[in-house]
Amino acid sequence: MSTILSVKDLSVTFDIRRPGSWPWTPASKLHAVNEVSFDLNAGECLGVVGESGSGKSTLARAIVGTIPSSGGQIMFEGGDLANMSPAERRVHRRDVQMIFQDPLAALNPRMTVGEIIAEPLITHEPNTPRAEVKKRVAELMERVGLLPNLINRYPHEFSGGQCQRIGIARALILKPKLLICDEPVSALDVSVQAQVVNLLMGLQRDFGLSLIFIAHDLSVVKHISDRIMVLYLGRTMEHADARALTTEPEHPYTQALISSVPIPDPVLEKARSRPILEGELPSPLAPPSGCVFRTRCPKAVASCANGRPAMMDIGQTHYVACPYHAPREVLATA
Amino acid sequence: MSLLNIQDLKVSFTTPEGEVNAVNGLNLSLNEGETLAVVGESGSGKSQTAFATMGLLAKNGRATGTINFDGQNLLGMSTKALNKVRSQQIGMIFQDPMTSLNPYLRISEQMAEVLTLHKGMSKRDAINESVKMLDAVRIPDARNRITNYPHEFSGGMRQRIMIAMSLLCRPRLLIADEPTTALDVTVQAQIMQLLGDIRREFGTAIILITHDLGVVAGFCDRTLVLYGGQVMEEGQTETVFANPTHPYTLGLLQAVPRLDREELELATIAGEPPDMSRLPAGCPFSPRCDIAMHRCATLRPTLETLEAGHRRACHKPIAEVV
Repeated sequence: MSTILSVKDLSVTFDIRRPGSWPWTPASKLHAVNEVSFDLNAGECLGVVGESGSGKSTLARAIVGTIPSSGGQIMFEGGDLANMSPAERRVHRRDVQMIFQDPLAALNPRMTVGEIIAEPLITHEPNTPRAEVKKRVAELMERVGLLPNLINRYPHEFSGGQCQRIGIARALILKPKLLICDEPVSALDVSVQAQVVNLLMGLQRDFGLSLIFIAHDLSVVKHISDRIMVLYLGRTMEHADARALTTEPEHPYTQALISSVPIPDPVLEKARSRPILEGELPSPLAPPSGCVFRTRCPKAVASCANGRPAMMDIGQTHYVACPYHAPREVLATA
Repeated sequence: MSLLNIQDLKVSFTTPEGEVNAVNGLNLSLNEGETLAVVGESGSGKSQTAFATMGLLAKNGRATGTINFDGQNLLGMSTKALNKVRSQQIGMIFQDPMTSLNPYLRISEQMAEVLTLHKGMSKRDAINESVKMLDAVRIPDARNRITNYPHEFSGGMRQRIMIAMSLLCRPRLLIADEPTTALDVTVQAQIMQLLGDIRREFGTAIILITHDLGVVAGFCDRTLVLYGGQVMEEGQTETVFANPTHPYTLGLLQAVPRLDREELELATIAGEPPDMSRLPAGCPFSPRCDIAMHRCATLRPTLETLEAGHRRACHKPIAEVV
């Protein structure tokens, strides 16, 4: 299988100025994404999970190119995102599309659904005949499950699930190769969430799309992804096949994360042994030295504070950033 | 006798677009020390039921029926009498802890106010009591942090403070409206564990309003499934999850992906959550129901009791649903 996206040691840093600080005081650095590497194969889905503040969305925006990276490399189909000419960048913008968490906020309230879906096409291919534009919009609306006669309605007339379908249609009209979904179903009701997940999986199959699926709900991520990457404070903790990662996680953080996810089965759920993670995410402005997870880690020893643990390849494309890793069944009952 | 008994509750709102019926004839009862889950999608009326109980409906809202708490009907009670009940007997926590704390006041002020007002404590005693309660909800270094403002705490900590505040008067009933929806899963697990401890320690009855079936499974004795402001199914949590008898309950359970299972495709419920101003005359779920019959659209099914404590509202025989 060919690699479509290759991210190497990607870092994204923000300058944070305290309100009221002197203009000559150097800004503190917030490392939102820190030396993250992964490869994505064509037609595959990579799930990215982590708590809020783990850098999931920043990673997505860096890949789309709306946030400049401060280190490392993003190679999309062999081209380096940082050294692209304006013409190449335009092609990249066509090939990589994004859908967002709040489906209504992502749509312009003053444009009709037809205008919203057609806009990327008209921007990138201004010479497309109007009839052709109309035809493609109608086809796509039908494919994502919107009745074509709704084409002249405005976004506020639609429910959340339908707005997300409009967002998906807009992202797909340019036939992109990579679709980045940033929490696409977290704002939706359970029954609608399943519809959108099924739609995304169907579209991925039909169009041969590669997906990056960002969400905090591990159950949904596991369902849709081939591989899953776990982020904590901007660093990769573990990266493995979806099934291996959820059934036999190796990293203490992944284990804690999975044991926090409730399972809708009262018998199982009430009998589960559950090591609950104490505390909360430390401030990303002052991350712990060494392993960033050590302040909450049940397995932490003194040496975890010295030096950052290297990413270890433990076979079968399973990578884990902890020298004390050990597989553990976390879904089993006590 | 049950602690809370709601009979035939109807909540409606007058809006420029017409009447919106949020709750349509809901019955519910809760015993002392029991945990009840109220599950449903947006527009199912789960929050409005809680607001009606607490007398917190918006100005254009009206509630009819009876809400008996400990033998008194809360509907139509004077504000003065209601204040006594909801301050000392019923506590409530909300989804977004930032919007329910006053950003201009220190935590100490907000918590002490509850005790000086309702229990007539001196300010010093009230603060000591508040610190004790913050310790109980595991706020580290509570003695010093009580003088902080809400924005100086993280989301999980703010929710702990809300819980501590609602427990100050040792209520017999705690209504938790989506208490963990805005939180990360690891923090959610902490908060749910805390609520479980509180229930054991103080014997508080808890109504948990949520859309997350996983949270319900681990926490609640009984589960009530709402749709379109009506009860679809009700029973012991184990029974409802293992043997759902209503097509909506069944659909909900199948629509959530599970971490411990491999599904090829998720089962879906067609359509969208209902428009509360245009509910069908019959079963509110009938427009989305796969197995709806002719009379489902016109005749409202009544809640029938299957066995002790297990009730359902559906025209179809159970054998044809599951």
